[in-house]
Amino acid sequence: MCEGNEGSKAAEKAVEGYEAVIGLEVHVELATRTKIFCGCSTAFGGRPNAHTCPVCTGMPGALPVLNRKVLEYAVAVGLAANCTITRFSRFDRKNYFYPDNPQSYQISQLYLPICRDGYIEIELERELPSGGESDSAEETFPAEKSWNSAQKRIRIHEIHMEEDAGKLTHDEQGGCTLVDYNRAGVPLIEIVTQPDMGSAREVVAFLEKLRLIIRYLGAGDCRLQEGSMRVDVNLSVRPRGAREMGTRTEMKNLGSFHGIEMAIESERNRQTAILESGGAVIQETRRWDEEKGISHPMRSKEEARDYRYFPEPDLVPVVIGEDYLERIRAAQPEMAWEKRQRFLEEYPIPEYDIRIITASRRMSDIFEAAVVLGSPPKKVSNWLMGETLRLLKEKGQDSEEIRFSPENLAKLIALVENRVISTTVAKEVFAVLFEEDMDPVEYVEKNELKTAGNQVILRRVAEEVIASNHKSAEDYRGGKDRALGYLVGQVMKALKGKADPVQVKEQLKELL
Amino acid sequence: MSGYSMGRLESLAQITLSEEEREQAAEDLEKMLGLIGKLEELDTEGVEPMSHVLPVQNVFREDLEGEGGDRRCSVPSGRDGMFVVPRTFQ
Repeated sequence: MCEGNEGSKAAEKAVEGYEAVIGLEVHVELATRTKIFCGCSTAFGGRPNAHTCPVCTGMPGALPVLNRKVLEYAVAVGLAANCTITRFSRFDRKNYFYPDNPQSYQISQLYLPICRDGYIEIELERELPSGGESDSAEETFPAEKSWNSAQKRIRIHEIHMEEDAGKLTHDEQGGCTLVDYNRAGVPLIEIVTQPDMGSAREVVAFLEKLRLIIRYLGAGDCRLQEGSMRVDVNLSVRPRGAREMGTRTEMKNLGSFHGIEMAIESERNRQTAILESGGAVIQETRRWDEEKGISHPMRSKEEARDYRYFPEPDLVPVVIGEDYLERIRAAQPEMAWEKRQRFLEEYPIPEYDIRIITASRRMSDIFEAAVVLGSPPKKVSNWLMGETLRLLKEKGQDSEEIRFSPENLAKLIALVENRVISTTVAKEVFAVLFEEDMDPVEYVEKNELKTAGNQVILRRVAEEVIASNHKSAEDYRGGKDRALGYLVGQVMKALKGKADPVQVKEQLKELL
Repeated sequence: MSGYSMGRLESLAQITLSEEEREQAAEDLEKMLGLIGKLEELDTEGVEPMSHVLPVQNVFREDLEGEGGDRRCSVPSGRDGMFVVPRTFQ
C-alpha cells in the first residue's frame, strides 16, 4: 500500500516522463462573530458544547436563518477572485449520517453556488542569487533578494457557502467517541478550482494568493495549522504532453504548506510508479500521514457516498441585485498586489521590504500611517520587518493582530533619530510598545531611559575608561582602530547601554 | 426497484431490515415512487423549478450573538460536557 522509496535514477526518469494535473478544494472558515444559521458564537476554545442551540444541534422544528455577513464575505471573495456572482442562489441538503453532524445533513450549495467561473493569477517566483552577502555581522534583516516572475491563471470552478461540522474525539480506551458541536454551524466557503496546477509550487502559490485575498478582505484568517483553511488535493498523472486526464485521487488531512508539498510529490510518484509498472490508479480518497510522510486509502469510488442532495426547504432563496453587488464592490480594499505596485512607485524602500510589508494589510497600514507622520520609510520598514516579525513569530501571533499604533511607532523612531535613546534601548522600549502600545516618549521619560546625553557624565565615564584601559588607549594612539571599538564597548557597559555609540565614539576620539 | 437495490438503500440509511421488513419497505417504496411518477405525466415545459413554497427571498439575520446558550442540559449521557456516541472511525 505504501509507496517505497526507490530513489533510483530510473524512478526519477520515470517521473520526468509524466506530468501531474492538480485541482483543489479549499475550505475556509469565515471570520463572522456568529454561526451561519444561528446566533451562537464562533469563538474558538469555549467549553465543549457551550456555543450551541437548537438550530446547530439539529433539534426538530428549529429554523435556520442565513447570517447576512456570510453572504457578504462570500460575494466579496468571489468578486476578488473574478467570479460571476449567481443572482439567484439557494442552499441544498447534503445527507449523511455521522455524529459530527447532528442534523444528519449538511446545509451546503450544490445546484446554485454563490460564485462561479472565476480565476486567480498566481505569480511563480524564481529567486535569483542575491547581490552578495552583507558584510555587517549585525545584519538583522534578510539580505535583499530579487525576483523574476511569470504569471499563471488558475481558474475557479465555483465558490459555495456551507456549514462546518462538529469535532469528534475518539476515545480508544473507552471504546466511544465524544462530540463537541461548538464548531457545528461555523460558516465556511469552499473554493473549488479547475485542474489547472501542475506542481506543488503552483499549488502553494495559489493557496498563498488565495489566503492573501481572504485576509485582506478580513473574511477569514486562513490558518492551515489551526484548520481555519483546509485543503483537499485532487491529483492525477498522465504522460507528459498527453491530452486525456488520468484517474485522480483526492488527498485529505493536509495541515501545512510543507505537508501539501510533500503529499503532492508522494502521490505523484506513487501514481507514476503504478502506471510505469502497467497498473491502473484507483479512484479513491486518501489520507495523508504527515508524521510518516505517506498516504493511506480512506475510501474508494465504489464506497463513495450518495449524498442525495436536494434543495433546502428551510431556507429561502438569495437574490442578488446590481445595487448589492455595487455596494460590496465599492467596499473592496486595495489588494496586496495593487498596494505593492503603488508602494514601489511611492516609497524609496527595497522591493523586498515592500513584498513583506504588503503581505499583511495591518503592516501596510501601519507603514503608511507612520510615514505620513514623518518617519523615514526605511526606518519604519526596518522596525516592521525586524523586531515586529521577530516578536510575532516568538509569540505565535498573527500580523493582522498587531496592537501598536503607527503614532507610537513614529514617536519611537523619532526618539532614536533625535538620539534621545540608543538603538539598544529602543529595542527594549519597542518590546513594551508591541505589547501595550504605550506612548514611548512618556515611557522613556518615566523610566529614565534617555541616552546619557549629559556630556559631563559621558566625558567623566570616558575618562575613567581610558584611564583604566591604558593599553587599549595606547594601541589606538598607535594606529590600531580596533582598540577604539573596545573602549566604546566599555563606556556603553558603564552607562548600561543608555548612550548613543556614535556620541561615545566622538567623545573618546576627542579625549584620545 | 428502479435504479436502487434495497441493500444499497439500507446501507445509505445505516439500518438493517429483516427479510419481512425489507419486502414491506420495497412494496411501500414502489407505491411512493408510483405516486411521484404521476407527476411526470404533467407537461412542465417552460415552468421554472420551484425552490421554496412561499414567494419569499433574502431573509437574513444580523451577525450578532443571540439566545444561544448551553445545550448541555439536553445531553442525556454526557462526559466532560460532550455528547457520547458509539465509537466511530473514518
